[in-house]
Amino acid sequence: MSKKNESLGKTIGVVIALCLVCSIIVSGAAIGLRPMQERNAALDMQRNILDAAGLLQADTNVTELYNQRVEEKVVSLQDYSVIPQDQVPSGFESARKAANDAALSHNVPKSEDIAGLGTQENLTTIYFIKDEQGQTQSVVLHIRGQGLWGTIYGLIALKDDYNTVRGVNFYEHSETPGLGGEIQNPNWVQTWQGKEIYGDDNDKVLFQLVKGGASGEHQVDALSGATLTSNGVTNLIQFWMGPHGYGPLLDKLRQGELING
Amino acid sequence: MASAKEMKSVLFGPILANNPIALQILGICSALAVTSKLDKTLAMCLALTAVTAFSNLFISIIRNHIPSSVRIIVQMTIIASLVIVVDQILRAYAYDIAKELSVFVGLIITNCIVMGRAEAYAMKSPPVMSFLDGIGNGLGYSLVLLVVGFIRELFGSGSLFGMQVLPLASDGGWYQPVGLLLMPPSAFFIIGGFIWVLRTFRTEQVEPKE
Repeated sequence: MSKKNESLGKTIGVVIALCLVCSIIVSGAAIGLRPMQERNAALDMQRNILDAAGLLQADTNVTELYNQRVEEKVVSLQDYSVIPQDQVPSGFESARKAANDAALSHNVPKSEDIAGLGTQENLTTIYFIKDEQGQTQSVVLHIRGQGLWGTIYGLIALKDDYNTVRGVNFYEHSETPGLGGEIQNPNWVQTWQGKEIYGDDNDKVLFQLVKGGASGEHQVDALSGATLTSNGVTNLIQFWMGPHGYGPLLDKLRQGELING
Repeated sequence: MASAKEMKSVLFGPILANNPIALQILGICSALAVTSKLDKTLAMCLALTAVTAFSNLFISIIRNHIPSSVRIIVQMTIIASLVIVVDQILRAYAYDIAKELSVFVGLIITNCIVMGRAEAYAMKSPPVMSFLDGIGNGLGYSLVLLVVGFIRELFGSGSLFGMQVLPLASDGGWYQPVGLLLMPPSAFFIIGGFIWVLRTFRTEQVEPKE
């Protein structure tokens, strides 16, 4: 290497030029490929929704089935009404993004925040699953909450009594693999099916994860070796099915409102 | 321009004679994490080979202009940029695999093979040879990973590339999978075995007794 390379000017020049070239390449790749990545992410979410609703088979054509069977509705979590498509605020893309957008979210009061959310979205998307005749058979709802290491994101499908669990899918989490990570284990997820969220008058959330020997229609076995993850899951169900989550919305659905609104 | 023979030794040398994992024991971190399924393994091998080859190429092209005081940072910048590009491409064209590989693609940045070849070879050699050296080392890495991945997937889940080869006892077949092979430590044992076999046939790789 020549002496010339070691001068201060040359060093700074090389570094700046390199940074410029590299940042152009990186941002070019990121922007150029973004549409495809977003399509992939959207497809993945459709797959998660169908999976929660129990419609996903190995050979399913995801997009086709989704378009046939799923009806998306944007609802307000403040007055629990359906927001017509043309009145959805332009900044709203997904419940998850809205929760981090000050204009589209609100702080959850500390005393109510059992799921550790911090902020909750004002609007969310819910998914009505139709049967082949076009009748609503279940509804899929976004749920999330603090686990042990981070936020657990999931979807829960309720049958049309808006009480019985049709299926659940925790599609994103950072729990310990093999312990809390078992919330993705299909065998465990299956034990949720047919469980009921609410007590007799649909007023109180009774659903919970129980250590060793769950019994009755409100209990699912907790994950062994993952107490904090299990508590997190119980809390997020308690929150989202309760009065600050989807509780009032499900009440309305039970009375037959919203579905055709 | 280098002779064809030299090119051949640069390209194929690292596969058995100078294998980066088996002889230099570099880059085994990712070998543990991504070898439980062959399709993941293959994607990782392609990603690493591409990054090593192109980082070698670009570093070699500008090697006469890199001030030695900042050379490691310059190499890291180039490697990191390439890894980000590879990660973006995987996310666009192989989303499922990208999701499973998750952080391990990003960790190619710290893979000792990439950095090691950039510093040891590309800084002193012309571009074409450096490019071939990168591919060669990528192939050496791939060989070991694919062998490990093959053994782990075949005996750990009874399948190859996701296709069921050995019918599992849980599905009414006869094969009882070896759970240990799905755990990361099993890759250590297999790599150890690989090195043993390799050094039995190539005794010149055995280190002298101290």
